[in-house]
Amino acid sequence: MNLPALHEMATGERRANGGTHIHTCVASGCLSSNSQAVHDSLTAAAVDADPNSDVRACAVGCLRLCSEGPLVSVTQPDGEATLYRNVAPEHAASIVGALNGGDAEVDTVDPDHPFFAGQEGIVLENSGKVEPERIESYVAAGGYESLYHVVHEMTPNEVVDEVTRSGLRGRGGAGFPTGVKWATVAKQEAAQKYVVCNADEGDPGAFMDRSVLESDPHRVLEGMAISAYAVGATQGYVYVRGEYPLAIKRLTRAIRQARRLGVLGTQVFESFFDFRIDIRVGAGAFVCGEETALIASIEGQRGTPRPRPPFPAESGIWGSPTLINNVETFANIVPIVREGTDWFASIGTEKSKGTKVFALAGKVRHTGLIEVPMGTTLQEIVIDMAGGTPDERQVKAVQTGGPSGGCIPASALDTPVDYESLAEIGSIMGSGGMIVMDDQDSMIDVARFFMEFCMEESCGKCAPCRIGTVQLHRLLAKLTSGNGTAADVAALEHLSDVVRHTSLCGLGQTAPNPVLSTLRHFPEEYEAAITK
Amino acid sequence: MAVVTLTINDELTSAQEGVTVLEAAANADIHIPTLCHVDGVGDVGACRVCLVEVVGERKLQPACMTPVREGMVVQSETERLRGYRRTIVELLFSERNHVCSVCVANGHCELQDLAIDVGMDHVPYEYLYPDCDVDATHDRFTLDHNRCVLCSRCVRVCDEIEGAHTWDVMGRGTSSRVISDLNVPWGSADSCTSCGKCVMACPTGALFTRGAATAEMEKDRSTLAFLTRARGKNEWVR
Repeated sequence: MNLPALHEMATGERRANGGTHIHTCVASGCLSSNSQAVHDSLTAAAVDADPNSDVRACAVGCLRLCSEGPLVSVTQPDGEATLYRNVAPEHAASIVGALNGGDAEVDTVDPDHPFFAGQEGIVLENSGKVEPERIESYVAAGGYESLYHVVHEMTPNEVVDEVTRSGLRGRGGAGFPTGVKWATVAKQEAAQKYVVCNADEGDPGAFMDRSVLESDPHRVLEGMAISAYAVGATQGYVYVRGEYPLAIKRLTRAIRQARRLGVLGTQVFESFFDFRIDIRVGAGAFVCGEETALIASIEGQRGTPRPRPPFPAESGIWGSPTLINNVETFANIVPIVREGTDWFASIGTEKSKGTKVFALAGKVRHTGLIEVPMGTTLQEIVIDMAGGTPDERQVKAVQTGGPSGGCIPASALDTPVDYESLAEIGSIMGSGGMIVMDDQDSMIDVARFFMEFCMEESCGKCAPCRIGTVQLHRLLAKLTSGNGTAADVAALEHLSDVVRHTSLCGLGQTAPNPVLSTLRHFPEEYEAAITK
Repeated sequence: MAVVTLTINDELTSAQEGVTVLEAAANADIHIPTLCHVDGVGDVGACRVCLVEVVGERKLQPACMTPVREGMVVQSETERLRGYRRTIVELLFSERNHVCSVCVANGHCELQDLAIDVGMDHVPYEYLYPDCDVDATHDRFTLDHNRCVLCSRCVRVCDEIEGAHTWDVMGRGTSSRVISDLNVPWGSADSCTSCGKCVMACPTGALFTRGAATAEMEKDRSTLAFLTRARGKNEWVR
């Protein structure tokens, strides 16, 4: 594969796509409400209406407003777009009929609604536009050109510098500067290095990575290939959880297509750069999202973490330097290379650059995926974009960061979403789950739910996490059942401190966060739970 | 080999490069409590009892796995660390059914010694009272899960010294159990050579010689120590 051939493929695909498009979301959210049948009947209806028409029905990735699925987006040749919601297979004829003017008898969504207007698409720029199962569709959107550019026109150091200057930080939650991580791996002298994409997204309520993989798998592969070139790796793994069969299927297909095209495998783009990607499927352990446990799991061992240092950047898979980044981090690489670091650095806040994808869930009117520039306030996300609670109740708290994060009270909704601000208020950015709670929800219950999750997901290797989470859960259960005492709350605080500071890995070290943040922001609920 | 100097508990001491803080402390006669560490096999840093404060490090580090560095300043006996250690031991006692008065290892138990060492006088947490099995299928030894603290000494000794890898851990969280082979009764585990190193390495009464009665099980580490020393000095190299 070379650049002219890539361009030829893109042009051919664009020409074939000149007419009207009917895009049906076939990511997990809409699929669960029967969008595959909707897509099939739209395809049939388009052919029935006019066998020679230039109308194309495409199965695309996430159209974001998951609560209103199945979603169908129709784009006319003049660019005019209509987004239909709650589409059923029997609506197909009506939608196709409306292509030549008139209105379909299907509910539509206002494209200028704040839910869409407030978004900025970097990671999700192709989501809902390209067909995840066809590499041609990704190439037509400019795919793999950045990889060509990197492999043929840049030195590995230049790529690392580019990422460093962009200010990109890890999207897995901790926010470690990506460029520093790349540079560390790049500087290691080793015969073999690895690149790993962490797709073991396990936080309850989070589905960003899943959506990216299901909607635009090639972008993640291209980001991985660019990173491999930059750090000098020849083998990559995507560690994806077994609970995401569709993501695994699409990734497998994408890897096969990319290898066949010669943009992965040996001699990428006829250069001396080799890069092979394999998939490793997780077996349902949350802790395998922790990088050292993930490495153990890839090696075929029991997925338990080990103390760091040494960090995987020095000693990872089979002792080789290993670069581990999250799905969303890799998905940011292509736009950075394509548009330049200045462009990327101009988005977001001073210390947190770019955008962040959040999976909005819980008591909000519009649930789904949103991608907003860093620094957007929770108020804008939860109230303006997501429309607040569905039954006009008061928003009580927003939970970010899943079991490692915390609850942010409604009084702090003006907090901007960036790594530092969220940490300051006792939560974390996390991987991007955002759960909204209203005044009917008990904060102790929320803490108990997350503690139960950590208790069940603790690997059992280190004592404080293994037993501490069980004891914390017991104390919380005692409080929610109305039998708690002041001594229990004191024990809760003490034990949270111990588990946080003595546990081996991030799971245990952050497991008390939901307790600590609710103790901090909602002390009155704990006081009310104490039996006098 | 290069030598570094470091400060442990305000005491200036020297250590060979590459050794751990735990070894350096032991050399300087500074006692840092441990549980999952056993001489001669690799460390895993699982029990978290030997955590120390290292000046300049944000997180507490396990002494058994932290290599010494020039100019390092280590504290192992701060009020905070003592509190953490005691809580961890309390948690360990609450996890399974540690009833010293009827335990084969009573009086010779490292968990018991550790409890005294850290000043534990009672367990402020609810006992979990899990339903644990006793595996008495082996003709020489017995495994009592009620006393197991999941330190994984048996797993490492069997794997690294005996080379049999009979033991491993199954399950997660508090449901974790040490298993022989692919979770078969110990007596029918084909890989077991009946060498008994796991029994001798076990800190508690979880692994003991068949037939031992209350307080009778004394662990003899001399074989392990001999093997470790001989290997360390390459005495078996042909």
